[in-house]
Amino acid sequence: MTVRARVIPCLDVANGRVVKGVNFVDLADAGDPVEQARAYDAAGADELCFLDITASHEGRGTILDVVRRTAAVCFMPLTVGGGVRTADDARALLLAGADKVAVNSAAVSRPEVVTDIAERFGSQCCVASIDARRSGGGWEVFTHGGRRATGIDAVAHALRLADLGAGELLVTSMDRDGTRSGYDLDLVRTIADRTDVPVVASGGVGGLADLVAGVIEGHASAVLAASIFHYGEASVADAHAALAAAGVPVRSH
Amino acid sequence: MTLALIDYGAGNLHSVANALAAAGCDDLAITADPRAVARADRIVLPGVGAFGACAAALCAIPGMIEAMEARVLKQGAPFLGVCVGMQLMAEAGDERGTHAGLGWIPGRVSHLTPTPAAKVPHMGWNDVVPTISHPLIVPGEAYFLHSYAFAGAHVLATTDHAGPVTAAIGRDNMLGVQFHPEKSQSYGLALLRRFLAWKP
Repeated sequence: MTVRARVIPCLDVANGRVVKGVNFVDLADAGDPVEQARAYDAAGADELCFLDITASHEGRGTILDVVRRTAAVCFMPLTVGGGVRTADDARALLLAGADKVAVNSAAVSRPEVVTDIAERFGSQCCVASIDARRSGGGWEVFTHGGRRATGIDAVAHALRLADLGAGELLVTSMDRDGTRSGYDLDLVRTIADRTDVPVVASGGVGGLADLVAGVIEGHASAVLAASIFHYGEASVADAHAALAAAGVPVRSH
Repeated sequence: MTLALIDYGAGNLHSVANALAAAGCDDLAITADPRAVARADRIVLPGVGAFGACAAALCAIPGMIEAMEARVLKQGAPFLGVCVGMQLMAEAGDERGTHAGLGWIPGRVSHLTPTPAAKVPHMGWNDVVPTISHPLIVPGEAYFLHSYAFAGAHVLATTDHAGPVTAAIGRDNMLGVQFHPEKSQSYGLALLRRFLAWKP
């Protein structure tokens, strides 16, 4: 077999606490990201993603503690995004135990931050995260949780960030995010077919069929989801089984 | 039994330390001191990122490479290199210019060529397929995260990414793995346990 399609649960973390996370009944503290990470580790998730949505500057340091405590007990790959503005921000997360760091808004205002991170720590740990909405016949980059338009073409931006050194593109449709109506497959495929780096599909998963479509129709290397796992509608094993049934290589359980 | 985990600024240092502890290592020294390496019973070299930068960082510690060579090559202490730590065992690497490695294993490290079916970086879970029998390397699935790969002698296992890609190398008392045992859940911890018990 070849490299497996990855199933990546994503946890939103604010001030060191899970904002939107799984309702595993046996967790002592469901608001603790480390407990959540352990549950996903045990469930066979291929990677885990923490998105730090802490609004205040003072709360920023808490994610480092979360990553450190997670890496002490979870021996699985971890991507951390949210608030990464400089290569030093990335370094702090990597040293705490993150394997990959996702940069989003900072790469809109200063795309070269991607090169800074890739040159110091390697492309393999530098994820460029792109939030996009449909606009005219294409897609436009949005920031601030999809509220602020930038006028930047999302496909061109994504490809440029890969050229600048990003080793992975995390592509989120802000039109679909939270709608449970499936990924924007055209967006994901348009980017995936034009880059050599892996693309992660994100935003809009309502069921297992959406994960399968992300790989088969969107040509994504990995599929990210939050709600379907967090609310217990599907397990990581269910996701792997659905992908395997569609002929997609996945890890054995 | 002291294990020296060499601290030369590698980003995965603490993850490797955590995993070694979870695998049962109870005397782990994270160290940049060649004297600690010279008397360690086992040595682990982590590493992520660029070959040249890692080679330069290792060379920048006075006496470190000499201590590693004395302990590993002459005295036979078990050695494990992880990811770029494994690649550094090669003679040379072509990442951002050509850089000399430790030269313990004949071969060099070069960029993987992407294809429509094989994205680069090679990122994710893939097979470890032993090519010869080795007590530490068993078939399984491990987590890979790299854009460069080793080609040369003493290959112990491969994986498939648009063709065979070296997954493990080694000879005598030394082992190097391209994948990340510290991120490969039960497969990775089991490998580290075997390394801790290894009597080559």
